[in-house]
Amino acid sequence: MSRVLVGVKRVIDYAVKVRVKPDHSGVVTDGVKHSMNPFCEIAVEEAVKLKEKKLFKEVVAVSCGPAQATETIRTALAMGCDRGIHVEVTGKDYESLGPLQVSKIFAALAKKEEASLVILGKQAIDDDCNQTGQMTAALLDWPQGTFASEVEIEGDKVKVVREIDGGLETIKINMPAVVTADLRLNTPRYATLPNIMKAKKKKIANMKPADLGVDIVSRLEVLRVDEPPTRLAGVKVETVDDLVAKLKESGTI
Amino acid sequence: CPSLELSFSSLAELPEMHQMMRQTCRDYADRELAPIAGKLDKEHLFPAQQVHELGSMGVMAVEVPEELGGAGMDYLAYALAVEEISRGCGSTGCVVSVNNSLYIGPILKFGTQEQKEQWITPFTTGEKVGCFALSEPGNGSDAGAASTSARQEGDEWVLNGTKAWITNSWDASAVVVFASTDKSLKHKGISAFLVPMPHPGLSLGKKEDKLGIRATSTANIILDDCRIPLGNMLGSPGAGFKIAMQTLDSGRIGIASQALGIAQAALDCAADYAHKRTAFGAPIGKLQAVQFKLADMAVAVESARLLTWKAAMLKDAKKPFTKEAAMAKLAASEAATFCSHQSIQVLGGMGYVTDMPAERHYRDARITEIYEGTSEIQRLVIAGQLLKENAP
Repeated sequence: MSRVLVGVKRVIDYAVKVRVKPDHSGVVTDGVKHSMNPFCEIAVEEAVKLKEKKLFKEVVAVSCGPAQATETIRTALAMGCDRGIHVEVTGKDYESLGPLQVSKIFAALAKKEEASLVILGKQAIDDDCNQTGQMTAALLDWPQGTFASEVEIEGDKVKVVREIDGGLETIKINMPAVVTADLRLNTPRYATLPNIMKAKKKKIANMKPADLGVDIVSRLEVLRVDEPPTRLAGVKVETVDDLVAKLKESGTI
Repeated sequence: CPSLELSFSSLAELPEMHQMMRQTCRDYADRELAPIAGKLDKEHLFPAQQVHELGSMGVMAVEVPEELGGAGMDYLAYALAVEEISRGCGSTGCVVSVNNSLYIGPILKFGTQEQKEQWITPFTTGEKVGCFALSEPGNGSDAGAASTSARQEGDEWVLNGTKAWITNSWDASAVVVFASTDKSLKHKGISAFLVPMPHPGLSLGKKEDKLGIRATSTANIILDDCRIPLGNMLGSPGAGFKIAMQTLDSGRIGIASQALGIAQAALDCAADYAHKRTAFGAPIGKLQAVQFKLADMAVAVESARLLTWKAAMLKDAKKPFTKEAAMAKLAASEAATFCSHQSIQVLGGMGYVTDMPAERHYRDARITEIYEGTSEIQRLVIAGQLLKENAP
């Protein structure tokens, strides 16, 4: 079945100034603008482009979270995904939901939906974990092409150009596979008005992690969340020698 | 378009589809329009590429049914779209509004199926825009006094006269022109005609050098024995004045939305500045004088917005909306000039220079009290409706 599964996460909008809760248990999310994780937008765009090239028949958008996660799925549908799956996780379970549980859910869905390709954003901008793609591949025992800046389907293989510290690495992996999208993979389209209208009619299935046989109990406990320390003013120096002297003085070198 | 059962609660929170559509327009305006709006204004540049992109998003033909190439949405969605686009760039919002309400609007309402396919479909993609020619050098508010003439010669109409203040004129591929076939019938002798651009017998006057919305082109359209086929009459003979008035009724909701976008942009600019600028040891947002201004601006915008949405929803429900549309346009345009004026005041010296967008909002806002019916005409329309409702 030539089906692509795309994961989309609802996160605090990138433009919002995030504030820590007074009790330091997390960040303020109530009444704060949320939107689709930017790397997930790139993942959706890539999946829809592959379908437009007739390389896949169907793109399914998946999101794990409370009721509002369906807004994010609806946006993915408006960008061109065919249908959605909302895996409902609420309350305390949602607060402690992390990459390991999500990747178990995606692995179960990838098998259930007989997906040939799972495309995710490389990381979410709220937790910056950069783990879900890799864990999903490991749980499925599928190859992975992470930090993709280029994806090409060649028969039953995927050629992925990966952005790595040293430059670009090109790999070829067998499908079914997991790919995670990096910044330069594509420029996500704006949802057009006709597609927003069409998205209304597309189906979003609702299920719980238990329906997939996934246990979402967290093995992690967040102890405390703090703001980053305020940047202190720097010191200006006149010459390179002064700079070296100051660095030696502070014990940095 | 599917009829939405919009209720009073929609004024408090928009339906999901409208929210999504508003968000996509806002994203586009923030990322693609706001960064270039200053340049478009300074260099009087028509945003051709952006109009194309908006066309492919469906924004240039929001209410047009899908079969004709439009987005198939309702007028409330259109009002939201124009506001968000105008918030990024007042000029671009104007282009969107003129194409949707003034050009496509009358053809959609009064055109034959053939006319719709010929004159609407190519204008949904953003590749072509249209314009609307009612005003003349001799009459603006006094639309019934139109002196542009149309005489029948064989199987053609021959148009003669000059139209003034035509927005989009230098960038348009077609125009809806109002001309009189019989001056003795006064306003009942006016008919509407569809003329392609360019066309023999149609020429453009010089581009006006305007105070604001400088990325739009405004000029006279001169008709000198301009010949068009008989089939280019829009609607029935003598219906031109009625077509113009009904078109302007709807167009007012578009201009109200444009004014709201400009007003909101001015308010956002002032509120942002109030956080950042310090005076007397604290951000100026702490000062009551500034707070009162921001509060007054917010009330002006929000009340005009609700009037605009109500007018749009009445139109979508096919209920009379003339009075509400006039109220919306009046309130929104006066909110735009008020907010942009106060925004400059909050910014002080910085509001007077082109480094900040406040001065552009001030210049862009001013036209909204003039075109598509001056504030004075709006007051006449509102009073007229009120007195009709209250007649003994």
